[in-house]
Amino acid sequence: MTIQALKQQALEVRKTLLSMIYQAKTGHTGGALSSTDLITALYFEVMHIDPSNPKWEGRDYFILSKGHSVEGYLSALAKRGFFDESLLSTFCQYKSPLIGHPNNKIPGIEMNTGALGHGLSISVGMAIGLKKDKKPNRVFTLMGDGELAEGSVWEAAMAASHYKLDNLIAIVDRNHLQISGSTEDVMGLEPLRERWESFGWQVEEIDGNSMLEVVNALKAAPFKEHKPSLIIANTTKGKGVKEMEDIPSWHHGVPNQHLYEQAMLDFESMEKELQNV
Amino acid sequence: MSDYRACREAYTTTLLTLAQEDPSIIVISSDARGSCSLNTFVETLPDQFVEIGIAEQNEIGVAAGLSVVGKNPFVCAPACFLTARSLEQLKVDVAYSHQNVKVLGVSGGVSYGVLGSSHHTLHDIATLRCIPDLTIILPSDAAQTEAVVRTIAHQKGAFFIRIGREKIPQVYTEELGVKPFTLGKANTLREGDSLTLVSCGELVYHTLEAAKLLSNEGIEARVLDMATLKPFDEEAIIKAAKETGALVTIEEHSINGGLGATVSQIVCTNHPVPVKTLAFPDEYLVTGNSLELFAHYGLDAKGIAASVTTFISQVSTL
Repeated sequence: MTIQALKQQALEVRKTLLSMIYQAKTGHTGGALSSTDLITALYFEVMHIDPSNPKWEGRDYFILSKGHSVEGYLSALAKRGFFDESLLSTFCQYKSPLIGHPNNKIPGIEMNTGALGHGLSISVGMAIGLKKDKKPNRVFTLMGDGELAEGSVWEAAMAASHYKLDNLIAIVDRNHLQISGSTEDVMGLEPLRERWESFGWQVEEIDGNSMLEVVNALKAAPFKEHKPSLIIANTTKGKGVKEMEDIPSWHHGVPNQHLYEQAMLDFESMEKELQNV
Repeated sequence: MSDYRACREAYTTTLLTLAQEDPSIIVISSDARGSCSLNTFVETLPDQFVEIGIAEQNEIGVAAGLSVVGKNPFVCAPACFLTARSLEQLKVDVAYSHQNVKVLGVSGGVSYGVLGSSHHTLHDIATLRCIPDLTIILPSDAAQTEAVVRTIAHQKGAFFIRIGREKIPQVYTEELGVKPFTLGKANTLREGDSLTLVSCGELVYHTLEAAKLLSNEGIEARVLDMATLKPFDEEAIIKAAKETGALVTIEEHSINGGLGATVSQIVCTNHPVPVKTLAFPDEYLVTGNSLELFAHYGLDAKGIAASVTTFISQVSTL
């Protein structure tokens, strides 16, 4: 896909995820919007996958460690053809298979996540297993920045470099906000790059809402032989809906009818702008 | 002492034999090769071993990831850490995510007696029984441990097995003549109609010895080895309640939420008869090794027999 087409696709994912949250009257809006460009690039350009055969042996693996950003993930999976998009309207409804976190009963989802700090360990296990079998499959993991306060993340970070897992590419959705406020006020993460480097990772820092930078970084990974790769993707929480951008309360805020309709109009204007480029 | 064997050695010796035939078996440990008797395994099959260091949360997460890519992972580490520090990974990454992971908790119960409550595992049955789709097994001796490993090795699913540390006497002798293990089924080790003694893990041996002492007093106890704590053999308990009219449970666990609580719930629901639970009290224990602690808290043969005698007299006056 061209960068232009991927941007278009990301807008479609944003529209769908916002509709899901609006209809369900629940969801994690801010983080789903900040990570949309990353998930779109992975599913529509970077990862080797076969939506008609989700368990294809040659697939690249993806773990959404920040499981609460499930709305964008489910939207991308449906639009990529893993399941019927009509199912998305049941999100968080009584007896729906689509719950508020990833569940591996859904085609394309490998693991049930939601408890933070688990995804990197799971990914390390997958990467070790693939290396033992000398398989070329890669493992991608998307973590939140607030999530990095979990000690288990650093246990996994240590193991990844110890085992020289250059088939593991982790991404931090660095939107600088968590539910209680700024990450630096809640529990400081900086100097983040140096911390990961000191754990033996090869780190690249990008604008995680620039499709060009996202695609270039993901395609360039792994960055160095015998080292795990980390992408610090600087993003804006609530990206795409001006009223939500950079405001902590939109971590799991739900738009009212007026804001929802306004956001959908704004998305359509953005789409028209893209088409005119 | 020649008939004393350590369950952890039976476990890893059997696992090594199976792993030599099946390269998908991967053993994961957290700096616990010695505690788990894994040194021979590591020397023989280094490519089928993953060292995680002292990081039990990562250990269980890594095992779940290995399962995702088709491996058959066996985690081996002290039970006290695996069932507390990494409980969330066991719940979410293994059981809830339906991964194929076998978790062996060694030195469970009060095996690490003198090291204090940080190293005791007296909460695992209560905690883990609330996790759906997790099979829980407490083998009573080395022969049963070996049979458990062979039974579960090629079954897909989430398993927790708790064994002790020391060499212990054999329950499943040739003389006993009972098949050591059937998943989800109680083993009747001794017939009797005065009452039923239900036990699991290392205390099965002491319960059998207690039954012999009771027999000298004219009390003929049925003895059940409830090796599988989940799924639980409810039928064997209901049958015992109907046929013997009273039950005593004996376990190396807190008195809260373990074998006794499980048996009581089944009996109350299906065929109410008196049930007494013998277990460790809800307090931090005195210092002692396993045998000293069993004796101190009335869980050795003599203590069990004394409690049963009192219980029988209470029941008979009801």
